Amino acid sequence: MDVRSQIGMVFHLDKCIGCHTCSIACKNIWTDREGTEYMWWNNVETKPGTGFPTRWEDQDAYKGGWMVEGDELKLRSTSKAKIVPNIFHNPAQPSLDDYYEPWTYKFQTLFDAPEGDDQPTAIPISKITGEPMEKIEAGPNWDDDLGGSNIYAKNDPNMEGLTAEQRAQMLEIERISMFYVPRICNHCLNPSCVAACPSGALYKRGEDGIVLLSQEKCRAWRSCIPACPYKKTYYNWSTGKSEKCILCYPRLEAGEAPACFHSCVGRIRYLGNVLYDMDKMREIAMRPEDELVDAQREIILDPHDPDVIEAAEKAGIPDGVIESAQNSPVYKFVKEWKLALPMHVEYRTFPMLFYVPPLLPVMSTTQGDVVRNDLDSLFADIDKGRAPLEYMAKLFSAGNLGKLRYSLKKELAVKIWRRYVTVGDIEEEEARRALLEADCTAEEADDIFRLTALATTDDRYVIPPFQREMAMEMIIDPQELKAEAGFGFRSAPKRS
Amino acid sequence: MKNLPNNPFLQDSLDPKARKWEEFYRNRWQHDKVVRSTHGVNCTGSCSWNVHVKEGIVSWEMQALDYPDLDPNIPPMEPRGCQRGISYSWYLYSPLRVKYPYIRGALLDLWREARAEHDDPVHAWKSIMDDPAKRARYQRARGKGGLRRTSWRTSKEIISASAIHTIKEHGPDRVVGFSPIPAMSMLSYAAGSRMLQLMGGVNLSFYDWYCDLPNASPEVWGEQTDVNESADWFNAKFIAVMGANLNMTRTPDVHFAAEARTNGSKMVVFSPDFSQVAKFADEWVSVNAGQDGAWWMAVNHVILKEFHHEQQNEQFLNYTRTYTDSPFLIELVADGDDWKAGQLLRAGRLDRYTEEENNEWKFLNWDRNENTAKMPMGSVGHRWGEQQGKWNLIPKDGKDGSEIDAELTFLGDHAGVAQCRFDDFADGEKVTRGVPYRTVQTSDGETVRVVTVYDVLMAQYGVGRGLEGAYPADYDDEKAVYTPAWAELYTGISRDTLIRFAREWAVTADKTGGKCTVIIGAGINHWYHANLMYRAAIHALVFTGCVGVNGGGLAHYVGQEKLAPMDSWASLALAKDWYPASRLQNGPSWHYIHSDQWRYEKNGTDYNTVPSDAEDRMTDSHTIDVNVRAVRSGWLPFFPQFDESSIELAKRAEAAGAKTKEEVVAWVKDELVSRRLKFAIERPDAPENWPRLWFIWRGNALMSSAKGHEYFLHHYLGTHTNRVGQDLAEDAVQDVEWAEKAPSGKMDLVVDLNFRMDTTALYSDIILPAATWYEKADMNSTDMHAFIHPLAPAVPPCWESKSDWDIFRDLSKRFSEMAEKHLPGKTRDIVLAPLAHDSPAEMAQPTMADWTKGECEPIPGKTMPGIAVVDRDYTNLYNQFVSYGRIPREKGLGAHGTHYECTDFYDELQATKPVHRWEGETYPSLKDAEDAANVVLALSTVTNGELAYRAYKEMEVKTGLELADLAERHRSVRTNFKDLQARPRRLHNAPLWSGLCADGRPYASYTYNIERMVPWRTVTGRQSLYLDHPGYIMFGEHLPTYKPKPRPDEYSDLIFTEAKGPTLTLNYLTPHGKWHIHSTYGDNERMTTLSRGCEPFWMSVDDAEKIGIVDNDWVEVLNDHGVVVTRAAVSARIPEGICIIYHSPERTYGVPKSPTRGNRRAGGHNSLTRTRLKPNLMLGGYGQFTYHFNYWGPTGCNRDTHIVVRRLESISY
Repeated sequence: MDVRSQIGMVFHLDKCIGCHTCSIACKNIWTDREGTEYMWWNNVETKPGTGFPTRWEDQDAYKGGWMVEGDELKLRSTSKAKIVPNIFHNPAQPSLDDYYEPWTYKFQTLFDAPEGDDQPTAIPISKITGEPMEKIEAGPNWDDDLGGSNIYAKNDPNMEGLTAEQRAQMLEIERISMFYVPRICNHCLNPSCVAACPSGALYKRGEDGIVLLSQEKCRAWRSCIPACPYKKTYYNWSTGKSEKCILCYPRLEAGEAPACFHSCVGRIRYLGNVLYDMDKMREIAMRPEDELVDAQREIILDPHDPDVIEAAEKAGIPDGVIESAQNSPVYKFVKEWKLALPMHVEYRTFPMLFYVPPLLPVMSTTQGDVVRNDLDSLFADIDKGRAPLEYMAKLFSAGNLGKLRYSLKKELAVKIWRRYVTVGDIEEEEARRALLEADCTAEEADDIFRLTALATTDDRYVIPPFQREMAMEMIIDPQELKAEAGFGFRSAPKRS
Repeated sequence: MKNLPNNPFLQDSLDPKARKWEEFYRNRWQHDKVVRSTHGVNCTGSCSWNVHVKEGIVSWEMQALDYPDLDPNIPPMEPRGCQRGISYSWYLYSPLRVKYPYIRGALLDLWREARAEHDDPVHAWKSIMDDPAKRARYQRARGKGGLRRTSWRTSKEIISASAIHTIKEHGPDRVVGFSPIPAMSMLSYAAGSRMLQLMGGVNLSFYDWYCDLPNASPEVWGEQTDVNESADWFNAKFIAVMGANLNMTRTPDVHFAAEARTNGSKMVVFSPDFSQVAKFADEWVSVNAGQDGAWWMAVNHVILKEFHHEQQNEQFLNYTRTYTDSPFLIELVADGDDWKAGQLLRAGRLDRYTEEENNEWKFLNWDRNENTAKMPMGSVGHRWGEQQGKWNLIPKDGKDGSEIDAELTFLGDHAGVAQCRFDDFADGEKVTRGVPYRTVQTSDGETVRVVTVYDVLMAQYGVGRGLEGAYPADYDDEKAVYTPAWAELYTGISRDTLIRFAREWAVTADKTGGKCTVIIGAGINHWYHANLMYRAAIHALVFTGCVGVNGGGLAHYVGQEKLAPMDSWASLALAKDWYPASRLQNGPSWHYIHSDQWRYEKNGTDYNTVPSDAEDRMTDSHTIDVNVRAVRSGWLPFFPQFDESSIELAKRAEAAGAKTKEEVVAWVKDELVSRRLKFAIERPDAPENWPRLWFIWRGNALMSSAKGHEYFLHHYLGTHTNRVGQDLAEDAVQDVEWAEKAPSGKMDLVVDLNFRMDTTALYSDIILPAATWYEKADMNSTDMHAFIHPLAPAVPPCWESKSDWDIFRDLSKRFSEMAEKHLPGKTRDIVLAPLAHDSPAEMAQPTMADWTKGECEPIPGKTMPGIAVVDRDYTNLYNQFVSYGRIPREKGLGAHGTHYECTDFYDELQATKPVHRWEGETYPSLKDAEDAANVVLALSTVTNGELAYRAYKEMEVKTGLELADLAERHRSVRTNFKDLQARPRRLHNAPLWSGLCADGRPYASYTYNIERMVPWRTVTGRQSLYLDHPGYIMFGEHLPTYKPKPRPDEYSDLIFTEAKGPTLTLNYLTPHGKWHIHSTYGDNERMTTLSRGCEPFWMSVDDAEKIGIVDNDWVEVLNDHGVVVTRAAVSARIPEGICIIYHSPERTYGVPKSPTRGNRRAGGHNSLTRTRLKPNLMLGGYGQFTYHFNYWGPTGCNRDTHIVVRRLESISY
């Protein structure tokens, strides 16, 4: 057993507002510089929709993640043979059109315009070329709230393989639905970006599993960009280095949640470390697609298990980190309650960001001009929800409908149970039956309710101790660092 | 170098030295200080933010997490904030920032020229004003570039000269100011209003102007608005969301709703489009746009039939009996062969109560014990009587104290069943239905038929109960109004969905003691008949006992009206510490009239459905005539007051021998009565009645707040306009003088305080650089949560900007200096005031008698406006501004009818805080905003526990109830500004608000009334389900009802509009959007990037296909009022027939020209709106229907608008 600690994350989509506060918290701090304008380490997508960069889930085009070939796990994007020819031209690289041309407006006109016979207006100009742009054609959030768009929703790669009826449903107002999916780097257990980097610039930190891209080592090969199936590494055209989400390690190291977590006003986010067994990685990565959700759960270890604790201690994991794993809300959502699911686990990178799928409003039926919500109980059964389960399963369980249904059923059972407890217009028998069918006990339902609804910052973000002195003493004596930190000159990454 | 250890856990596969670069991102995160502030205008969020400063520069903001604790079984408030708030720091150093004072170049040239000729700035200003060509020269240039940087010295000189010129030449009430809702930066608001009120200028209201005021709230509760804080949504077990897109507008709060769902609450969202909040719903009810009223009327039909009549639900019936006017007696009046419901029967009509004081304002119940009509306590007549202690809801007779067991219905025991007539406005018909009545003998020997409000409501809702008449056969009777089948025709939602909803609603209320909440917003409130839709929903809450309960009630969140420390703040903000009389104008009437929007329509009844047999001319006239009537009768204010200067009038009074204030009042009254003196509203377009000098601060008065924006441009500013509408009113108006040619360019000078170059700034004459919200001290509160917290400077005001407080203070100083020559000594001013809510004027007008027609005596403050005499001290205006005057010390403070003494605390301020001394007197200083904050905090009941205790003690005397225990436990708590900077502070229980919130209990409105038996401030003291004002009866709105949406052809939106190529007519909606709070934030780079770089035109896929529009195509959107050019957002989540431009874009960036309208710059969303006022909302002098600023009056509704849209091949800038 090779025990590692990894920061994990859960986004509870049933609560997501789609507000993008997270995106801006991140942008303000990290990607507001020349060369980073188009980077959205955190973005939020409306589903169904094509997302950012557009159609990023289309791995036939972008070639992200891993694939199984015989008994080998291979990067889709590259191989040793392909690295060199692809360095100068990689057909799977998203282009500026797949992102967008950052723009601003010529605001100075408003102050400077000489008196004329019409009102001046600040025209849009490119942030890259400075040239006027007559029409803005794309942005990082272009299909926001467009759910049911005959262009964007229709071209959502997850629509492929749905029945014609299911596809049509999502484009009609009578039966439409939409929900939001915030995305950051998944800090995967098996990161394809790390594997693809010819310079060794990408690495996974030992203490927390955060995937970082060294601004010293990066040589702009950009192999990581197609390799990441989530399109979460970006090339900085100004510095010539790629950059990506750093999970706000400077904040985590100071005991604060990452900015996008801290700022989440929907209170949908959870963060905590889990212990996993690196020895199992190769085996689980080869499993058939519909077993991948279980496989990922398997590799996460029970932090209360004495054997695990012993092995963790042997691996040098401090007590405080083990204790933190025991209190991790991520462990609860993912492993204990099986509510949270990895997005597109079929890419086989084993993302450490998990999503609790959303319950959506009940489907309506239309007769003539009259719309009817067909309900025979207070809450609709999950099969009557407005997004086809097959669609959601493509996102969150590699198409495994059972895993998705399990989550949604349990979410619904918690509601039914709490309705019984707080109102009583649902019979106890019915409430208990709902729990039973959802593989849930009353205690578990109450726990899920509390962590979903009542959790404070400290409950949502259980940040392991970072023991910065231990990290730094491998480079410099902390006593020296205390006295010297901050003196000297900052140096920006240099193009190499 | 020491030997450094190696740790396998940390090192993993990598050489630790290879990780040294990680300091790169750590350096970015490091910062120098963190300061608490917030965002100061027009957002209910009221979130606390940590502003991070790095090297003296604001670098970013992150949410504060340290809110006061709520009950541990309620989710905490953190982190609060949204995408807009977190983008604010972009503005500080952006190219949109107004860094220096700016002036319109054409005006500056004229000014320099005039100053060269005139040494005196006032004379210089006059020379420009007296020359129409010069005036037109710079007015024409408004909004068209040519701005020049100028100095503070020049700006202050011009502004002061203009103010003095206006006061001398036209009167002080031609100086006006507009600033939106003060709550979010209350001292910045107060700065301008204080200066204006000391000057005798006018403050324009905002809450009603935005159409955020829900008139149903004063109608039913006598309360402007009081709602539960968002945390209380978590307590609700059934949440109906209508016209409110919580994700958009309550972004920091919506988690409470989401979390409630996990706790088993049911959530139903009503919206014509699949809105963002629909995603959260258990059920999305895709109700047809603007038809929510029909839904709730039918829901009430089901609730009353099943739960009241059939099941006799005791909880619901007891609540209805105790807390509503349902058991009150209405007098039936003959209507041909039939009867109809009239006014409430007055207690004074009965022998038993002839001696009772105010007995015209005390009412009757039928007592089951004595089997007779008796007079319960708690009505408005008890509130303002000499006899104290009877204003309460205890069911006892106000005369003899005997118990009253009030009869709700005469169904079981009656003298007969009267066939009464009811209006069915949906079909334009009348129906006759039986209502059981009893009879009473009046003291003049007459026998009158009385019915209970409850029985009349049952009849109106069509609950037959076996009575004769045109009652519906059953739920499927679609011909009969208010059945579920009838509602189906209007809402588009099936009857069985409605019936199931009504049952789930009522069962939830029954099981939980009333925990059903309606979250309601602008999507309802912006319709012309919003008050009716609101009332229908309120009735569903009231009939199931859901109002005044945690987890229950009407949660109206449109605008942020709750300035928590209202009591002390109002004295400071309205300069009531110096002068008791202020000039406060209801914005809708003011803009409707002054921007000449009234000229573009005929009779109000063209679009307002009224009873076909209405007799009074009021129901069939031009709306401006009703407004004139309202001003003459003291129902509404209007400024300017008189057809001449109020100062010149005072001089004339003096010349005529009127020396004392009483003599002046009598003289002015005589002048008015003789009609020698006219009201300005009677000659609205006469140059002497134009508003002249306009201060705008904290807001976007010319764009996002300008309903009828293009009319503003023409009539106020005298610049270009894209409207094509023409005069229509000439033949329709009677009480106003018709000017052949409508004036253009009424405003002499428009001054804007701004931190960004928004549309208002672009069109103003002088732009003063204002400090941002991260650069000044101020305070912030809202109704979404029950705490107060600060704005504070993270950095000093950047470049040449100053805080609003300092700007108005400095202007006051320059003004005072100039006044020494031009307005020396005391200047006598005459101030008219409408009849005021929360005063005995609530009993002024039991009937609608018009003194101008000889129908009643003209009595100031009773049948006509109050007349006050104020002696202004212009040379000391600055000293007054920076000194907190003595009136609060001598007379105490209060708000909403509360009162408390505060002499000791005033003296304490004077002894312990900074002071200002002048003319031998010492006052608490208001020189700096922080001083002002400490005065507000020290003297308010919500932040000073002792004062809350005193206010309750006074309420005990008024009500005869024990109340002071509510404040006992926090009596010793005090709060100052530094406390707020340390952490947001939760407010105390205090009687100026109707909710209780001690010990982390979520604030819920009216819990004070329900739990402590304190009356509502209405006619009966109960929740008013029946509005017996004679004007309401006249307009057919005394009963809850359904009125159809005005049709586009009736609404004159599209009479003159050109149709070019394939076009489509759509109902135009402007809900609040995702990428701005009103217009703020929408123009910053974060928001433009995350949206589409424009405010798109949202339309359905099907409508787009009809006229060949593809997503992101350019479109031109037109009607008579103006034009918008933008790009289309095409989505199946929008239904056919409607379109959306989210409120509110700016004209300042990315707006192309309009090919159809002369290739001029196209406008913003308000280019397509025009104001229509609803006449019955102008009534006054009658219980809750009595004016108060932002509390009562017509609203600037805009949802019923129609447009045509067409595709544009290409555009030009």
